[in-house]
Amino acid sequence: MAPGALTEPEEADVARADVSRAIAAAYEFEWGRIVSTLIRITGDWSLAEDCAQDAIELAIGRWTREGIPRNPGAWLTTVAKNRALDRRRRAVNEAAKLREVAIMHELESWGTEPADEDIQDDRLRLIFTCCHPALTMEARVALTLRTVAGLTTAEIARAFLVPEKTMAQRLLRSKRKIRNAGIPYRVPPARLLADRLCGVLAVLYLLFTEGYSASSGERLVRDGLASEAIRVARALVQLMPDEPEARGLLALMLLQHSRRDARVGAGGELLTLEEQDRSLWDRSAIAEGVAVLELAHVGGEGGVYQLQAAIAACHATAAAQDATDYGRIASLYHRLATSHPSPIFTFNYAIARGMSAGAAVGLEEVNLVAESKALDGYYLVPAAQADFLRRLGRTEEAAERYREALSLVSSGPEGRYLERRLREVSADS
Amino acid sequence: MEYMMFVATDPEAEPYDPQQDNIEEWVRDVEARGVHVRGDRLRPIEDATTVRLRGGELLVTDGPFTESKEWIAGYDIIDCADLDEAIEVASKHPMARFGRIELRPAWPLEL
Repeated sequence: MAPGALTEPEEADVARADVSRAIAAAYEFEWGRIVSTLIRITGDWSLAEDCAQDAIELAIGRWTREGIPRNPGAWLTTVAKNRALDRRRRAVNEAAKLREVAIMHELESWGTEPADEDIQDDRLRLIFTCCHPALTMEARVALTLRTVAGLTTAEIARAFLVPEKTMAQRLLRSKRKIRNAGIPYRVPPARLLADRLCGVLAVLYLLFTEGYSASSGERLVRDGLASEAIRVARALVQLMPDEPEARGLLALMLLQHSRRDARVGAGGELLTLEEQDRSLWDRSAIAEGVAVLELAHVGGEGGVYQLQAAIAACHATAAAQDATDYGRIASLYHRLATSHPSPIFTFNYAIARGMSAGAAVGLEEVNLVAESKALDGYYLVPAAQADFLRRLGRTEEAAERYREALSLVSSGPEGRYLERRLREVSADS
Repeated sequence: MEYMMFVATDPEAEPYDPQQDNIEEWVRDVEARGVHVRGDRLRPIEDATTVRLRGGELLVTDGPFTESKEWIAGYDIIDCADLDEAIEVASKHPMARFGRIELRPAWPLEL
């Protein structure tokens, strides 16, 4: 064996690890900047994505062979820009020539280190355009993942359990609609901003909960979705530091995501807060979430995400489940249910009341929700009735409710939790 | 960019109240802004005529009469900077409340 034969592969591995880290960083910091600027200059979404993707793919090979350039962002920008120039040169025809000259000129003068303000404007434009209300919710989510977060069409298709071809068509249709319907590529003017920001936050939260609830699909892929949602929310907070609800949403996501490793038991079953091993909670995510929430309050209190984040903070900072301040949680849910009427908030208020004032009170409150029929078909309502009945020792009625909940739930972990409880109360009675 | 506004009735909208119909104000406003190309009410379905050419033969019929409670009651062509402006213009039309507006971007035939 030649000397060095043992060390060379290791060096290659180290190099490969460095390159993957650099590529991951490129996605984090450069993808959105490159795509959003190319869209602003050319108005061509597909070209922007293709050129950014080409640049990343070229980088993987080149950086592994020749080492990582000193300024990876500038390297990627140059490659993407040259690709875009090539593509436009080939596509140009006489009729479009004048417009093309303007685009080519702007592409050529696109520096590798543009002023910070330009980048920020472009990234915000991209986020707001992807979340335009004239697009379907599905389209908004898919576009945000593709163009803002830089996921591939295949990855997005896997996360939403649709064939890649279906997802590709959905993305194509959305981009076509943006162009044909004249959806502007911009941050909305002041009079529309509050409304549109709400829309953006809703898309990001939907993206996050898709990942968090794991109601279907591969868990790993879906954890990735939640992380992507956090990444985009972080960028949004950086871009709009004066918007308390953007911070509120980021705090909410960080706090919920801090429990990701503790939520599922060894058998894949969903664990309730009281059953989770709190040592598995991500302390740094909790600390960051609490800090972000405090900063959010500086800009104004009482927003729907801030209130939910405050509730999540109550859970996350309690040393044990029985040390949780359920009185405060109940009052926060009460504020939520009053300012943003929703049967889910009322239901959660009922649960928190039960936790702070006892199972009898909780059962009474949950029964009111069940009687209102507002959440008919939602398995957690009979499941909550069952849990309170079990705590009150009314095991036969509890078993009946667990069975009702089981008949409503489709997917794995929730079903396994209910079956386990049903076995417990059946053994007791 | 040109958009066709189809002004349509909608059984789910609030009932029409002539007191609150501010269509004159809307027309004055869009004309003052310079976004209005043209527009009008349309006569009801009873006055419509359908024209078809089938196998070289001209078929002219009264109607169409449908069971639908939704029909196009008027149209406006507006010239706006982008969809956001078109949405804003459409949202102020009284029929956005009493019916609904469908915005369709013009698709210029490049001849």
